[in-house]
Amino acid sequence: MLVSNNSEYAVTVKDLEKRFGSFQAVNKVSFQVRRGEIFGFLGPNGAGKSTTMRMLCGIIIPTAGEATVNGFDVFHQAEQIKNHIGYMSQKFSLYEDLTVEENIDFYSGIYQIPMVEKKNRKDWVVKMAGLDEHRNSLTAILPGGWRQRLALGCALLHKPPVIFLDEPTSGVDPISRRSFWELIYQLAAEGITVFVTTHYMDEAEYCDRLAMIYRGELVAIGTPDELKVKYMNNDVLNLECLDPFGALQAVNGIPEIREAALFGRGLHLAVNDASSSIPIIIKALQERKLVYTRLEKIIPSLEDVFVSIIESRDSSAGL
Amino acid sequence: MVLERLMHMIRKEFIQVFRNPKMRAIVLVMPLIQSMVFGYAVTTDVKNVPTAIYDQAETPESRDLIDRFIHSGYFSVKTIIRSDREIDELLDNGEVAAVLRIPSDFSAKIASGSTAAVQIIVDGTDSNTAGVVLSYAGNIIRNDAIELMQKQIGNQDWEPLGVNLQTRAWFNENLTSRNFYVPGVIAAIVMLVTLLLTSMSVVREKEMGTMEQIVVTPIKPIEFILGKTMPSIILGFVNMIFVTLISVFWFDIPVRGSLMTLFIANGFYLMTTIGIGLFISTISDTQQQAMMSTFFFFLPALLLSGFMFPIANMPEVVQAFTYFNPLRYFLIIIRGVFLKGVGVTILWPQILALFILGTFVLTLSVKKFRKNLA
Repeated sequence: MLVSNNSEYAVTVKDLEKRFGSFQAVNKVSFQVRRGEIFGFLGPNGAGKSTTMRMLCGIIIPTAGEATVNGFDVFHQAEQIKNHIGYMSQKFSLYEDLTVEENIDFYSGIYQIPMVEKKNRKDWVVKMAGLDEHRNSLTAILPGGWRQRLALGCALLHKPPVIFLDEPTSGVDPISRRSFWELIYQLAAEGITVFVTTHYMDEAEYCDRLAMIYRGELVAIGTPDELKVKYMNNDVLNLECLDPFGALQAVNGIPEIREAALFGRGLHLAVNDASSSIPIIIKALQERKLVYTRLEKIIPSLEDVFVSIIESRDSSAGL
Repeated sequence: MVLERLMHMIRKEFIQVFRNPKMRAIVLVMPLIQSMVFGYAVTTDVKNVPTAIYDQAETPESRDLIDRFIHSGYFSVKTIIRSDREIDELLDNGEVAAVLRIPSDFSAKIASGSTAAVQIIVDGTDSNTAGVVLSYAGNIIRNDAIELMQKQIGNQDWEPLGVNLQTRAWFNENLTSRNFYVPGVIAAIVMLVTLLLTSMSVVREKEMGTMEQIVVTPIKPIEFILGKTMPSIILGFVNMIFVTLISVFWFDIPVRGSLMTLFIANGFYLMTTIGIGLFISTISDTQQQAMMSTFFFFLPALLLSGFMFPIANMPEVVQAFTYFNPLRYFLIIIRGVFLKGVGVTILWPQILALFILGTFVLTLSVKKFRKNLA
């Protein structure tokens, strides 16, 4: 099933639109996802992440545009798409009143896994989710991390070439999140295309490529490093000092500083140009007799990039 | 349609229904309780009416009359009173429902050949019971009067002139109200159980978020709908058989007609209830809402069906509504089969009505349901 379509891209989207009445949920979004890639979809709640994903899964029909998943058209081949994708949502969506095995059996049946493979696939899911001792436990009593792994396992029963994960780790503890992502890496290594939405910035860093969506529009796309270089208009300075509050007041009036925020035991300062701003900041600190231990230009985090992109969008839209 | 997917849906539904204590109670315990309640407690038969005797005459004739009341089985003497004041008190606090008062001149009037008066006072709060009590009392007193007359003229065969009414009740010779209510319970139970099962099982998937997972699988809407409704249909039949067995073997309700007719009619009846159940599931987001909507439909449907109150007694506007009530038709069929022993030749209009109503409701609900699913 993995090679049912030989195109280089697992997902292609061109000028995809979705309107609900007069509300434009997704506006002319275009992108492509390569096979075996971990593709992150980033954006605030209500930006259109889930709507786009639902269109690609064949759950809702787009208003306009074109899109294919594993070579199948979302308008006319929703049935084939559903046979070739796995889907897992942020909410645990297996049956809590069924046991681990009963859930797996149910989805095996729904996906029509051939009789001879059923047992193998079941054992594979149980092993992958680490639930060997809990085969007959109701899923309601399992901790969040285990449930998510089981849900992922059920979504992979039919060996889909593409899987869609809608905020898969929300509400899961950090250690489980970490091991969940290790699983995702494994899948990608096996050639499975992973399309994942998230609003955790650290998770976004794990993705091969990222698309940022805001107010229904695609505002940035690229690898995490590309995004940091290409879309960051400001330099970011890290200031470490003994009295961050005092420093914050000291730098507040400087026109070169576009934004200043407390960050750990210091400040992050967004400036137009690092080299010209540093002397001005040092001067301001000395005037107030404030001691600083470090002031340097740093690589912005994805969060800095994201905030910067959204702010420039909002200001160009006059918001 | 893929049979394998359907079978897995149905299997899962059954596991869920029987694993959930609430659903288990609805399916297994409720039919039993309802049949017991309607078999034993709900009865409009009037027996053992608590009665007070106020015998001012205290003569052989008055005691004769009192004996007649006691031996009729309809009246049970709770107390003997000696003053008018006590009548008010006993009726007010509901200790008795009837008071028989025999005036002191009772025997004297009989002896003198004139008409003696006897008073019966009943608690008219429950108008139905009061009416029945009065007619029983009337019969007892009439028989007493005839016997007094026979003694007086010395002719044991004397009968009053005029028209003598000979009564006979067909289909339910002893007018046992249980024979009327218990078969009706089958119809009510089947409706309630299938409405709840269908609507709750769909809404549960919405509420728990499992619906979201189901719609991304290759399952087709028709497989999903059948998977949800087949268990209701099966359990609807199981419940029908279960309550029928209780009726026949526990309560001795006669079954005079063909059970086949009942089965076929039950099938059409289930089309209507499952259609309504599906409809409720499309308008409810939580199981609680589904439960509320079910009772919002079920209670009026029960009241306007002839289950307890005859439709003929209702205002015409209300009667018009009852034509859209599947319970109305199924009750006629059930009582026809159980008590009258009639079959399709007589009951076809009701069976046809259920079929039309069922097709209509089910088509509409499935359409609405598929639209909601997308």
